[in-house]
Amino acid sequence: MNDMRLTERAVNAERTKIAARGVQVHYGQTHALKDVDVDILDHTVTAFIGPSGCGKSTFLRCLNRMNDTISVCRVTGDIRLDGEDIYDRRIDPVQLRAKVGMVFQKPNPFPKSIYDNVAYGPRIHGLARNKAELDEIVETSLRRAALWNEVKDRLAAPGTGLSGGQQQRLCIARAVATSPEVLLMDEPCSALDPIATAQVEELIDELRANFSVVIVTHSMQQAARVSQRTAFFHLGHLVEYGDTTQIFTKPSDPRTESYITGRIG
Amino acid sequence: MTDATAPKSLLAQDVRTRRRNAAEARFQAYGIVAISISLGMLAIMLWTIFSDGVSAFRQTTFSFPVTLEAERLDPKGNRIRDEMAKVTTIGYTNLLNASFKAHLEARGIPFEGVDDKALAAFISRDTPARVRDMVLADPAMIGQTVTVTGFTTGRIDGYFKGRVTRETAAVDTNISAAQLDLADRLVDAGIMRTGFNWQFFTNPDASDQRPEASGLGVAIIGSAYMMILVALFVLPVGVAASIYLEEFAPKNRWTDLIEVNISNLAAVPSIVFGILGLAVFINFAAFPQSSPLVGALVLTLMTLPTIIIATRAAIRAVPPSIRDAALGVGASKMQMVFHHVLPLAAPGILTGTILGLASALGETAPLLLIGMVAFVANYPAGPFEGGFLDPASALPVQVYSWASRADPAFIERSSGAIIVLLAFLLVMNILAIVLRRRFERRW
Repeated sequence: MNDMRLTERAVNAERTKIAARGVQVHYGQTHALKDVDVDILDHTVTAFIGPSGCGKSTFLRCLNRMNDTISVCRVTGDIRLDGEDIYDRRIDPVQLRAKVGMVFQKPNPFPKSIYDNVAYGPRIHGLARNKAELDEIVETSLRRAALWNEVKDRLAAPGTGLSGGQQQRLCIARAVATSPEVLLMDEPCSALDPIATAQVEELIDELRANFSVVIVTHSMQQAARVSQRTAFFHLGHLVEYGDTTQIFTKPSDPRTESYITGRIG
Repeated sequence: MTDATAPKSLLAQDVRTRRRNAAEARFQAYGIVAISISLGMLAIMLWTIFSDGVSAFRQTTFSFPVTLEAERLDPKGNRIRDEMAKVTTIGYTNLLNASFKAHLEARGIPFEGVDDKALAAFISRDTPARVRDMVLADPAMIGQTVTVTGFTTGRIDGYFKGRVTRETAAVDTNISAAQLDLADRLVDAGIMRTGFNWQFFTNPDASDQRPEASGLGVAIIGSAYMMILVALFVLPVGVAASIYLEEFAPKNRWTDLIEVNISNLAAVPSIVFGILGLAVFINFAAFPQSSPLVGALVLTLMTLPTIIIATRAAIRAVPPSIRDAALGVGASKMQMVFHHVLPLAAPGILTGTILGLASALGETAPLLLIGMVAFVANYPAGPFEGGFLDPASALPVQVYSWASRADPAFIERSSGAIIVLLAFLLVMNILAIVLRRRFERRW
């Protein structure tokens, strides 16, 4: 791995990748997310912060329609990926999720070999024409997830036998393998120790070169370290959204200030 | 510091702690008593079954030389099968009885006090029929001297198993002390011996007159056919229903209703399924009575709810994070189920299925209603020659039917059949445990 400092990595981050307008989410009677407008930029790490139950994970799961699996969940509003409404009737969530990958809070590798974990996505989407291509995808994905050097000699070993941090990087490799354009991460470091967290954080910044990364986190330090843009959610509202430096140094909303100084949350 | 304010020693228990400890000790004692009672009952049951049933696996046989005389067995002397078939088993019985007597005389074994009729009572009625079948199959045997081996009758056999004693013989018109003396001499002479009874596993059921010849052959085949069919029917239907209900069905009032009714169905008395099978499969669909097919269909209906419940539990036990992971990389719901959920749930599903099959194997009541309690003396055909439609029996039904016969020789066979059934159940349950251990929690 290179020793480049996180802040030195210059990436062109101008284009809007995902545009959300007036997003409302209801879980049965509960109004979980109220009127959220967010523009997520390409090649940018966007962090969602806020106290537990504020709706940040809910919003993240709207972006690749993982909320579809919850039968009582109802999403209204307009979410566009590259200008296409992802809640359009003609959109198949399966194709959408190949474009918008996801990494979950707890490392959840399949109980299969390391190779099969990474190769699963490309296989079901038909991304490789032959074994050699698949091998290449697996290697590139594992390299991108900074895991290749640790596992290259035991690709046939079960993914569940890796350490927690390795498992989470394996999950990142798995998400990266389908060549998504956006990578959603739902508290990816909350189950990891500080060293594994540091590795994953460094990785997130590297991933920015190729993807638009959205990360939900409980740790404000983490948001400050890895993200360029930060959105603060509170009680289902998007309170404030802007450059990370601005949010953490000159928050315009008093609630944001209370949260980042530790008075609410 | 005075005594009143001295800190309480941890070495002395206070009243509250003593009471709590006593309550816990009492509770543990109740548990041990409950387990001891059930283990005791189990031990008594097993002891009864084994003490009654083990003797069914041994049987007394005789063997002596018989000259297949042409003038008795082929009076026309032309060796034509159809002509020879006019000699009935009575003709063969007479030949065997005469040969037996001649052999005793030749060996110099005294049989005073045993008349011809009593002497004939040594040879099972099963033997002449088998000798006749043998001769008709190969007419060239006529004229030769062959060694005939066969069962002795139930009472003589019972003497060697302790079921018949000289005291009981004194009050039994079917057996006399002189016959028992002769039996002892025959054993000494090596004409009669008691050995392992393989034919208990292969013979079909036999009539009341010859309990010694009855076996579990047809019942084992019938039960095996039914288990094969039940597994074939129940696994796809049960797994498909469970997957649909667990992964695809919307959660609404209708699926709740279905769920409640599946649980209710599991609690329906099995005889009700027998009545259903009688009405639907035999009266309406006109499938043959007593056939393994109908038995299997009825047992399938009966087992299905159990399998669905077990399968749903196994599917539900797969962690949701695996589902998220699969959906997250863009698998469709079907791919998620078949690539990830089902392989992980498979051990649970298999265990549930085997346990369901085991309960179906021991099920009696519904089979009584669809005619499987009938006396079936012929083996069903092979599975690919329509054997599933031939009349057959089943192990638990055979137990029931033997237990209700009059001859005491059938009682030991009834217990013997229970031992065989328990052995099959034990094997299936061990298989289920092994599968569960082998594949348990791979995630």
